[in-house]
Amino acid sequence: MDVLVENLGLYWRGVLTTLQISLYSGIGALVLGTIMAGFRVSPVPPLRAVGAGWVTAVRNTPLSVVLFMIAFGLPEIAINAPFFWFGVTGLALYTSAFVCEALRSGINSVSTGQAEAARAIGLTFGQTLGEVVLPQAFRTVVPPLGNVFIAMIKNSAIVGAVGVGGDLYSVGVQLTGSLGEAAIPVLIGVALGYLVLTIPAGLLLGYLERKVAIAR
Amino acid sequence: MTDTPMIRMASVDKHFGDLHVLRDINLEVAAGQVVVVLGPSGSGKSTLCRTINRLEPIDSGTIEVDGKALPAEGKALAGLRADVGMVFQSFNLFAHKTILENVTLGPVKVRRNSKGDAEKAGLALLERVGITNQRDKYPAQLSGGQQQRAAIARALAMKPKVMLFDEPTSALDPEMVQEVLDVMVTLAKEGMTMLVVTHEMGFARRAANRVVFMADGEIVEDAVPEEFFTSPRTDRAKDFLGKILTH
Ligand SMILES: Nc1ncnc2c1ncn2[C@@H]1O[C@H](COP(=O)(O)OP(=O)(O)OP(=O)(O)O)[C@@H](O)[C@H]1O
Ligand SMILES: [Mg+2]
Repeated sequence: MDVLVENLGLYWRGVLTTLQISLYSGIGALVLGTIMAGFRVSPVPPLRAVGAGWVTAVRNTPLSVVLFMIAFGLPEIAINAPFFWFGVTGLALYTSAFVCEALRSGINSVSTGQAEAARAIGLTFGQTLGEVVLPQAFRTVVPPLGNVFIAMIKNSAIVGAVGVGGDLYSVGVQLTGSLGEAAIPVLIGVALGYLVLTIPAGLLLGYLERKVAIAR
Repeated sequence: MTDTPMIRMASVDKHFGDLHVLRDINLEVAAGQVVVVLGPSGSGKSTLCRTINRLEPIDSGTIEVDGKALPAEGKALAGLRADVGMVFQSFNLFAHKTILENVTLGPVKVRRNSKGDAEKAGLALLERVGITNQRDKYPAQLSGGQQQRAAIARALAMKPKVMLFDEPTSALDPEMVQEVLDVMVTLAKEGMTMLVVTHEMGFARRAANRVVFMADGEIVEDAVPEEFFTSPRTDRAKDFLGKILTH
């Protein structure tokens, strides 16, 4: 296990890069997923169709395919950026479909009377969603949303495999490949690196869950 | 008082699929009037009530509130709904907000009042319905009667021109019915225009100017309360009254 100790700095930078990818992708996925969930429950049929189409298309495409389409497709239409941002964009788009569905199930768990009462006092559709429905939906949605985000942290390995470099997964490849270290100890280090991220994420979610439950 | 009725429904029809729930409804409620809507279960009372602020859209006909036709969707509709208070059978207080927050949400977000003004006005309303001491509790912590009074305060906070009540006391334990009816009677005496779906004969007798009797989606009778209760004209109304007066 010397390889772990000797390369601690490399591993640590890997953890930080994976954290960065996850943080940016997570924020992007939350924003886009919330918008798409709003579309899916909106009273406007074309918006509902866009939301449903988005979820169907993205959720049923493998992440690696989404990433390749971004990495090769965007430069085709003259959008160029460092590969890191292509990776983040792909992971955010992919994850947004799952965020959307988790939120939608939460929205459906809020009784229709709540939205009716909100509309009856003159709140617009957006205000009804933002002031009344979503705050209640988020409560039931913390556990499934947590699963989505933990899956996303692990999916960032695919972003690394597709070529971002410097993240935990790439560190593993670098150590076993060009540096010729034995595979199992290196991979144990990689797995530990992911745990360093996912365990605190799980704790944070448990905390959030308790917190929103008390505010009732 | 002007000649424009506060609520006007003309030739209103509505279907749920094959079910014809509202049949050629013509109804006018003058400003300051209190109209009680009665009828057997499934006759379309709730639907009638809900079309007036367009929680249910209609198939054909016109509905006007204070002389203005109901807008189809969007901001204009939201603006109209702000002027039409609604009280539901199941209260529907916002579960994640305190009682005071329930009462101030509309004034702050829709009327754009300052939070301070909204709270001052909100507390005055809570006082009026007798639940000032519940201001910081969540709806689930209140009794049914208290929740319904809070819901009435929430509707009144918008300073509505009309109040719609859909069986406001049906979900309450018997001992809590009176406290809600008392608030409603006071409101009626103060001149609020009200459309009330209820089977509370006492309320109809004390506060209503008219009773409208519905059956199978139609308005079958429209009379002053005393006349309706003592000498209903149709067999369906007689039958209905026979059933509810025996228990
Ligand atoms: N959203 C809906 N979709 C389909 N049918 C509905 C819907 N809402 C009501 N109905 C039907 O329309 C008819 C009228 O319903 P409504 O709720 O207006 O009756 P009501 O007079 O208020 O009855 P109750 O006294 O039981 O409250 C009923 O047959 C009901 O089953
Ligand atoms: Mg009803």
